[in-house]
Amino acid sequence: MDGVGLEVGRGEVVGLLGPNGAGKTTVIKMLLGLVRPDAGEVVMLLGQPAGDPAARARVGYLPELFRYQPWLSAAEVLELHVRLSGAAVSADERRDVLALVGLAERARDRVGGFSKGMQQRLGLAVALVARPELVVLDEPTSALDPLGRVDVRDIVLSLKARGVAVLLNSHLIGEVERVCDRVVILDRGRVAASGTLTELLGQHEVRLHLTGLPATGEARLAAAGRVEREGDWFTVAFPADDDTTVPDLVRDLVGLGVRVHAVEPGRISLEERLLGILRDGAEETA
Amino acid sequence: MNRVALTIAGLTLREATRRRVLMALAVLTVVLLALSGWGFSRFAAESGGTLTSGEARLTASILLNLVMFGYSLIAALGTAFLAGPTLSGETESGIALAVLARPIRRSSFLLGKWLGLVAFGSGYVTLAGLAQVVVVGLTVDYWPPEPVAALALLAGQTVVLLTLAVLLSTVISPMASGVVAVGLFCTTWVAGVVGGIGAALDNDAVARVGTVSRVLLPTDGLWRGAMHAFQDPSALLQFGGADGQAFPFLSVAPLTPAYLAWTALWVAMVWGLAAVSFVRRDL
Repeated sequence: MDGVGLEVGRGEVVGLLGPNGAGKTTVIKMLLGLVRPDAGEVVMLLGQPAGDPAARARVGYLPELFRYQPWLSAAEVLELHVRLSGAAVSADERRDVLALVGLAERARDRVGGFSKGMQQRLGLAVALVARPELVVLDEPTSALDPLGRVDVRDIVLSLKARGVAVLLNSHLIGEVERVCDRVVILDRGRVAASGTLTELLGQHEVRLHLTGLPATGEARLAAAGRVEREGDWFTVAFPADDDTTVPDLVRDLVGLGVRVHAVEPGRISLEERLLGILRDGAEETA
Repeated sequence: MNRVALTIAGLTLREATRRRVLMALAVLTVVLLALSGWGFSRFAAESGGTLTSGEARLTASILLNLVMFGYSLIAALGTAFLAGPTLSGETESGIALAVLARPIRRSSFLLGKWLGLVAFGSGYVTLAGLAQVVVVGLTVDYWPPEPVAALALLAGQTVVLLTLAVLLSTVISPMASGVVAVGLFCTTWVAGVVGGIGAALDNDAVARVGTVSRVLLPTDGLWRGAMHAFQDPSALLQFGGADGQAFPFLSVAPLTPAYLAWTALWVAMVWGLAAVSFVRRDL
């Protein structure tokens, strides 16, 4: 890890992306004081060092490796975590959290008999039970079925609506794209890129099928943005996105006598952007 | 004593109960008590009249020490093998991740685990030992001279071994920590016996083996103190005076306050090392 800074505002969902071994889980564990840095320091909420227990007072955490005392019942696990957190959470509230993650019927059952998916749901309840102001979810849907994933997405969005800050580490880019306001891309222990989704994905693309293109037409295309050509198909990536760029380009091309067969809008997906950033990073170091 | 340590201590005791460790120990102990009760009553019935009162007290002392050794071994094995899974096992499996991400100090967590194990191990050995003393008293009418001190020393021996097991489980795997702790416990006991033989033969070098091992790991020293408090004061004389040192189930001298102080310091130091090792550990 080198100079990684993460900022998650109230009611904001920040996604952590990066290839395997980029250090996403390590960053999270360092934040929570579970892993010590070799050198330097980790500073948490409002400047408290991460090793200080007080820094974790209002934090809920679902680890990537989620395991809970198999000899306790789901309700007892929540009770334990409430007691350790020092928060005053009533039995009704604990029941509500279990219901939220779909475990209301299994509250009295021993965790040892739970499936992986149920244990991950319990982990989510543990992360939420002590009224956290920051919730850290490390691969929260790795063991869940599609329905469970939708549940988690809804829960994250409701946390956001309640003003809770959420740090979400997930390799499911679609998941991150759907719920996150901002994304931080980690690569080999450094922040490779970060920003809001519009900042990261701001580049718009248009695919054009053109024939009879004169040199002036090509110049007009090049002026609009980066152009890639495949036969009669031209892909133009615009540096900025506004409502007039594409209509103006098409009008000018037609004015230059170009025959325009098709104009297809294309938005760079987060996945392409991520791959682009990681490839650029690899080329720089090569 | 803080809230976190007490919560974790309670959790550790609950784990021992829920994982049926308590049940297994209770069944084992009842069987041992019944067997020893039967043995002692047969001994009283068949040797009645043939032994002098001194011989009877000697035999009762030796047998009591022998049975107590069994309990101390059960407590030692039990807590050593409990310490591994509950501490190092939890960090290996990931159970500790969610718990230690709470606003708690790792040292409080470790203290809680240790306190739970101490309550469990010393509670067991005290209750089982007390029951055994009552069984012996009722069957052959032998009452140890200092039962309270003896049981406290047995409990102390358990605390020493489980503190070592806690330290080991912060550095090595759960299985290895149990094996090493019990191995060291047995080695120290054997070294104590060897040292006793050396003392009986006036061989200083061999006698020192026992002394050094008792300083390095105070389990055997405490065990000898406990035996001394269980046995009849005349037993050693009856057995042959100083030669009794060579016999593993009689003890020649009570513990000195200095040794008890060293034991307390030893426990504090080893606990401190365990805390340092656990606090620095990456999860």
